[in-house]
Amino acid sequence: MTTTETATARDYPFHGNVRPLLAEILHAVDRLLDTGEPTTIDLASLPFGPGELAYLEETLGTGELSANLDALGSSRIRETAFPGVWWLEHRNVHDEIVGRFVEITRTPEILSSQDADITAGRARLGDQLD
Amino acid sequence: MKRTPTVGEILQAKGVSRRGFLKYCATTASILALPPTMIPRIAEAIESARRPSVIWLSFQECTGCTESLTRSATPTVEGLIFDAISLDYHHTLQAAAGDQAEAARHAAMEENNGDYLVLVDGSIPLANPGFSTIAGISNVDMLRETVAGAKAVVAIGSCAAFGGIPGADPNPTGAVAVSELVTDKPVMNVPGCPPIPIVMTAVLAHFLTFGELPALDKHGRPLAFYGTTIHDRCYRRPFYEQGRFAETFDDEGAKAGWCLYKLGCKGPITYNACATTKWNSGTSFPIEAGHPCLGCSEPDFWDKGGFYEPLSTGNFDSGAKLAGAAAVGAALGAVAATAGRRRQAKYTKEG
Repeated sequence: MTTTETATARDYPFHGNVRPLLAEILHAVDRLLDTGEPTTIDLASLPFGPGELAYLEETLGTGELSANLDALGSSRIRETAFPGVWWLEHRNVHDEIVGRFVEITRTPEILSSQDADITAGRARLGDQLD
Repeated sequence: MKRTPTVGEILQAKGVSRRGFLKYCATTASILALPPTMIPRIAEAIESARRPSVIWLSFQECTGCTESLTRSATPTVEGLIFDAISLDYHHTLQAAAGDQAEAARHAAMEENNGDYLVLVDGSIPLANPGFSTIAGISNVDMLRETVAGAKAVVAIGSCAAFGGIPGADPNPTGAVAVSELVTDKPVMNVPGCPPIPIVMTAVLAHFLTFGELPALDKHGRPLAFYGTTIHDRCYRRPFYEQGRFAETFDDEGAKAGWCLYKLGCKGPITYNACATTKWNSGTSFPIEAGHPCLGCSEPDFWDKGGFYEPLSTGNFDSGAKLAGAAAVGAALGAVAATAGRRRQAKYTKEG
C-alpha cells in the first residue's frame, strides 16, 4: 500500500475503532451468561473518529425497553437490539452529555429504586396519611 | 474552626436523589478516568468528603489556564465540584482586590492550616524577583509563604509544571517550575498549554474524593490522564499501523484523515488525554481538526525544534528511540523512519 493511493469512501468515517469494541461487548455478554458478572464500558475513555460513535450506536440499535431518568439533568437508558446490552447516556441540566456508557447486565443498577429514596418516599407517603 | 459540610450533605441539600447520586458517581469516575468498577468506592468516599479550601496563585502566565478552566462549557458535575470546594483566593476570579485579597489569602491559610490545596499557574522568575510581583510581594516569596501550611500543591499548565514559555531559551527571567522551589510538599504537575479543562477539575475532584493526590508519573503528572500517549489512543492510529500518512496538509491523505506523523505530529511521545477527553465540550482535539499534536504537555516543548518536522528527524530527543522501534520490525515504524530520514535529508539540503 502506498501513501499516494486514493482514499475511498470505505476509509471514511470508519477508522477501525468500532470493531474491537463490538468484540469486547461480545465477550462481556458471554461473561454475563456464564457467570452473571456485569460489565460497564466507559465510552469516554476510548478513541473514536468522526462518525464512529454514531456508527456504534447505530450498530447496537434499539431494543424493547427504554427509560428516562430526571436527576441532575436527564439520562436515557435503553436496551439495545442485543438483549443484556444497554446504552446509557447522562446529560447535565444544560442538556450537555456528561457520560456515555455501555452496560452489559440484566438491569442497570440506576434503574432500580434505591433504599435511601424508598425510605424518604415512605416518610412522605406516611405524612399524607397523618 | 467551623464544621464544613460533606459533599454528600451538599448534594442532599440540593435535593439530589440517590439515583442522582449514583449518576454523579458514574460521571465522576468517568472524568477521573477511573474504571467503572471504582464507582462504589467513589460513592463511599464522596459521601464523607469535606469541602477543601483552595488558594490559586498566578505568576508568570498568560491566564490561558484559567480561561481554559472557566470558559469551558462547565457541566453540572464540575459545577458541583466547584460548589464543593472553597476557592478562597484567585486573582482573576475573586471580587476582592489589594489588601482585602491578601487578607483573604491569609485567612484561608490560617483557618485551614495543614489542609488546604495550593494551585499555581505560571512560572517563577529567579533572575530578578522584581520581574513579577503581586501586592509588592515577589512570586517566589508568595509561593514559599503560601505553601508552608498547604497539604499539597498542584502546578497547573506547562509554565508552572516545567517553566513553559517564560522558561524557553534564552529564559530571560530565570523562570523555574514550582517543583524546583517546593520540595517538602507533594507537588502534582498538570501540564498543557493550556491543560484540558476537565483534567484540571478531575484532579480537584480526586483530591476532594480521596483527600490525596492521585498516582503520578516520573514528571509528577497524574497517570489517569498522562498515563498513555496521544498516539496510543488516537483514532487515526489504525492508519499509522497501515502506513497511511498525510504528506501535506491538503493532499488526499489529509482529506481522508490519515495519520499526521510525517507532518510533525508529536503524539507518539506526548502523554496527555486530548485523544479521548477532547476539547470544547468533547467536540474534537487538534488531530481531529487536521493538525499535528505539538506536544504541549511535555517538558520544554518550545525548545524541541520545529512543530512540523517528523519525530524521526531527531527532534524531541526521540529519533533514536523511534529508529530503534523501526529496527525491531514494527512494519510501519520502518516506513515512517525511512520517510523521516528522507524528510531530514530534505531539510538539511534546503536548510
